[in-house]
Amino acid sequence: MALRTLATRKTLGALSRFPQQLRGLQTFTLPDLPYDYGALEPAISGDIMQLHHQKHHQTYITNYNKALEQLDDAIAKGDASTAVKLQSAIKFNGGGHVNHSIFWKNLAPTKEGGGEPPHGSLGWAIDQSYGSVGKLIAKMNAEGAAVQGSGWVWLAVDKELKRLVVETTANQDPLVTKGPSLVPLIGIDVWEHAYYLQYKNVRPDYLKSIWKVINWKYVSEIYEKECP
Amino acid sequence: MASVTTIVSQLTSSAFLPATEFCRLSQSLLHWSQMQGPGIDLKPPPYALDALEPHMSKDTLEYHWGKHHRGYVNNLKKQIEGTELDGMSLENIILASYNKGDVLPAFNNAAQVWNHDFFWESMKPGGGGKPSGELLELINRDFGSFESLIKEFTIAATTQFGSGWAWLVYNDKKLEVVKSPNAINPLVLGYHPLLTIDVWEHAYYLDFKNLRADYISTFLDKLVSWDAVSSRLEAAKVLE
Repeated sequence: MALRTLATRKTLGALSRFPQQLRGLQTFTLPDLPYDYGALEPAISGDIMQLHHQKHHQTYITNYNKALEQLDDAIAKGDASTAVKLQSAIKFNGGGHVNHSIFWKNLAPTKEGGGEPPHGSLGWAIDQSYGSVGKLIAKMNAEGAAVQGSGWVWLAVDKELKRLVVETTANQDPLVTKGPSLVPLIGIDVWEHAYYLQYKNVRPDYLKSIWKVINWKYVSEIYEKECP
Repeated sequence: MASVTTIVSQLTSSAFLPATEFCRLSQSLLHWSQMQGPGIDLKPPPYALDALEPHMSKDTLEYHWGKHHRGYVNNLKKQIEGTELDGMSLENIILASYNKGDVLPAFNNAAQVWNHDFFWESMKPGGGGKPSGELLELINRDFGSFESLIKEFTIAATTQFGSGWAWLVYNDKKLEVVKSPNAINPLVLGYHPLLTIDVWEHAYYLDFKNLRADYISTFLDKLVSWDAVSSRLEAAKVLE
């Protein structure tokens, strides 16, 4: 009898751990930047980089994790209306996390190759589609400046059509909301928090400067993976 | 039809005008100004640019009013010149260019000109405190309490994702809190705006950085002009 009880308790103990492992809710943490906050100066100030990373991106992650836990809970309880209500928080905050994670990798200090134009197949594809890197930059800057309110301007590759695309998204909508086969190559944050302390209302100046620290090496790697 | 220059020179050249002359000249001036249409102007806030310190800095006013708001005015003027929107009142430009949601190019600038005029006038030096009189009665009726209004307004301002505005409006004889993205304002919904807070990042970034919540509570504690809200409510009641 005692043996049976012991066995039951042990089994019950194991079972109570099991659902957590089964659901396996993965939450997120702030990725480290591969460079110091001040390393992108004078294009982007250290102040902005620190606030942008430690406050804005961290807040998206914190709120994304919270929303995911609430969603997990709602799903487990079969609470459909809460699950649906949480979708906008997931899009905002999850999108914010996805987009900013791409952004940090898109940037590099000039002494580590930031700003050096692409060669190889990406350089060729840009020349084919836009005439030159300069013309691509002009197009992205024009579209980035024209974003009303908050959002992003993207260089993307359509992995089905194997074609480069310039696109914009509003708020923290990830690029896939503009096309399921779009793979982000370069994302430039045009929310005011990305530039205001340094460039104030002059978003076009920020857009001109940021190209000095774009990590074309990383961008080429992503492109070559999609278009080998 | 006398030109402005003629009218002004007549008014300034004579020390005394007989009453009839004065009446005729004033009427000409009034007629002239109505024919020109209201015109789009950068209205200054009803206080000096440093008058809201330390709650909203002079720096912020200089950029927010001097660059952003001025930019919307200048861009709107350029956009409407020579078009049918030219000469229309600002509110009519907004409604026409809203185009039932399929916005025309002038909408963004026109609405933002209006929104910012309305925003500056929603604040005053030594603002904050509590509303009184009929406004407070309606707040208690429609929100349960002043604290409840503050809570709801704060939530709207905090959760307007990205750029936008939070509003207290009068609609169907009731007070409501609404929020809107980018340049959209309650005029396009046929509501009567009573109060607004700008939650575009440029409105608070210099003073508060990422801390929008602190900006919102400072606005409500120290800046909001409940007098302005009361006057607007009175005007709105006449129209409903």
